[in-house]
Amino acid sequence: MHRKATVTLAVAAAFGLPHAATAQTQDELRTLREQVRQLDRRVTDAEQAAIQASSRPTGENAMNPAVSVILNGIYSNLSQDPNAFRINGFVPTLGEVGPGVRGLSLGESELALAANIDHNFRGTLIASISPEDSIGVEEGYIQTLSLSYGFTVKAGRFFSGVGYQNQIHAHAWDFTDAPLANKVFLGSQLNEDGIQLKWVAPTDTYFDVGVEVGRGRQFPAAAGPAGPRNKNGVSSGTLFAHVGGDLGTGTAWQTGVSYLGTSPQDRSFEDPAGKTNSFTGQSRLWVLDGILKWAPNYNPTYTNLKLQGEYFRRKEDGDLTSGAAAQTGGFASVQSGWYLQSVYQFVPMWRVGYRYDRLNSGTASFSAPLNAADFPILAAYNPTRHTVMADWSPSEFSRVRLQFASDKSRSDVTDKQVFLQYIVSLGAHGAHKF
Amino acid sequence: MKAILRFLFALSSLVVALPATAALNVFACEPEWTALAQELGGDKVSIYSATTALQDPHRIEARPSLIARIRSADLLICSGSELEIGWIPLLLTQSGNSKIQLGSPGYFEASQHVARLEIPKVIDRALGDMHPGGNPHVHTDPRNIARIAPALMERMSELDPANAESYRSRGRSFLERWQAAIARWEQQATPLKGVPVVVYHKDFSYFINWTGMREVGSLEPKPGIPPTPSHLAELIDQMKRAPAKVIVYSPYSNPQAAEFLSSRANIPAVMVPFTVGGTDKAKDLFGLFDDTIARLLGAVK
Repeated sequence: MHRKATVTLAVAAAFGLPHAATAQTQDELRTLREQVRQLDRRVTDAEQAAIQASSRPTGENAMNPAVSVILNGIYSNLSQDPNAFRINGFVPTLGEVGPGVRGLSLGESELALAANIDHNFRGTLIASISPEDSIGVEEGYIQTLSLSYGFTVKAGRFFSGVGYQNQIHAHAWDFTDAPLANKVFLGSQLNEDGIQLKWVAPTDTYFDVGVEVGRGRQFPAAAGPAGPRNKNGVSSGTLFAHVGGDLGTGTAWQTGVSYLGTSPQDRSFEDPAGKTNSFTGQSRLWVLDGILKWAPNYNPTYTNLKLQGEYFRRKEDGDLTSGAAAQTGGFASVQSGWYLQSVYQFVPMWRVGYRYDRLNSGTASFSAPLNAADFPILAAYNPTRHTVMADWSPSEFSRVRLQFASDKSRSDVTDKQVFLQYIVSLGAHGAHKF
Repeated sequence: MKAILRFLFALSSLVVALPATAALNVFACEPEWTALAQELGGDKVSIYSATTALQDPHRIEARPSLIARIRSADLLICSGSELEIGWIPLLLTQSGNSKIQLGSPGYFEASQHVARLEIPKVIDRALGDMHPGGNPHVHTDPRNIARIAPALMERMSELDPANAESYRSRGRSFLERWQAAIARWEQQATPLKGVPVVVYHKDFSYFINWTGMREVGSLEPKPGIPPTPSHLAELIDQMKRAPAKVIVYSPYSNPQAAEFLSSRANIPAVMVPFTVGGTDKAKDLFGLFDDTIARLLGAVK
């Protein structure tokens, strides 16, 4: 059409027929303009339709919650019998502190469901399915979305904000097992039934403070057949604060301090001799934590380095009842422990790491009629452990890890441990905490 | 307990008393949206750019400094289409900020305002890191910027009605200059039409679609999976049979694989700015396309 008009114009010009040509071309131009206008409208409509067609609401999985599954399996080679595992110098926590079973085994599988409930709340359920076929609620909480001024409230069961490592799910740990300090002071990982209030400050440097109150369902508030205290109100309280920020062109840091206070009642533990002892009194735990992550230009895709450490200090005092002597007396202890670990990704997919653990049992004091000899597990001993690992992550969703450890948790033997492990995640894309 | 509550209360009253430094606090996920918000907002906005051109926007740590900034944001501008799925959801739940949650006016996903390419027919992780909503790197086609700008302008006006007139007039002026620039770029980019190109990641698809270039391969064997020796060997073979004219990669990706293929197949490898700040000349959105086209023309000449 367009060409035809041009030709007409050219011909008209060539033959010098200005009057006739003008009349004719103006007519044609008008038609052309109308056609262009119509075309333009059709293109706009088509574009709009294409945008409509290609945009779908980006909720997580339309209306269903985001579902993800974590699977992991492990081969363990332990030079010492895991059934006789203990950490000398420290009160047993009854948590999952041992190195697991020998040989091939399935690790804990996790099923996670999460979604915004409405404009006010977000809900998360993380169920752990143990290889012994039992199901546990690892986390199950609601969290506010609509509070402003930096406030967030969490309620339900959640990993306590005490320390750094405690809030991280096992599948995201940099080593196969928890630091020794987390094992003796928090029973590996403390998940509390309770409420958490957290506030983030309106400053360019990150600052948060938080408080948790809970039922005290786990060590250090409770352990053993007695379970949590049978009382209204609160059995455990946590306070924490963190500061964090950036340094230079590739370093991010965060450091925090936290406090966990509980008053255990009849918290029982079994001595290797088979006698059950129980403690009633005060337990106060302080934790200092620090984390530093470096990646060139904050781009961790190729290389990155992570340095993480925590220091724990616990004071307990109260009454201890000895199962062996069937007597109750005063007991007090100040114990501490720390670990420092570093993980380095030197090429895409490959990381290596080293961790050093050390605990200091201090010296427990027993007042009459108790006798230190009645509590052999509490005899002064400073456990240590060296761990090295290498892992390979072919994608964001899979990881294979080889780990060696020389574990001196037991005062009389060194446990040489080898773990070969896979950890994979299926389903919704996870997002990991700093 | 009482002391803590009193402390928190004191802190929160401090917050209320803090003076607002700018009318609108913007948290931009990627530098292209920082640049666009700057064009529309001028001095009426204060913008925090969460990432730079040297970072892979798929893989960002939810660092404390990002939480601190998102906490006070009035408007969040992201590419969307699951690009930031590994970090933004975490920042949102930690922010304690209701203004920028999903569904609030302060939550703006740029890719929702344009027709997306490469919406997968089959969604399966075996195919790599997929974006079910389509390719999220929409800003590499300037016509998309022209579609997103009016939507963003309206959103800013809605959130900050006092300055609505300023946003709209700045927006109109930007769009006028932008349309003129598009016409100029389309003219300049004519030689790129039909040019076969190897990309690093599928982050350049909209540009390729706009200029009529032809994508014949990618250095990543699958989206999000780093180049492997076997895949590179296949590419070299393929280049022998049907050579591409240029290999492009972005500042955040490792140039090694591109340079390796370049030397083996004797095809120029070009780093394109990809986003604002990716090269010295890509100082703003105009510079981004000026420099991208200039670099590609230089390579395919």
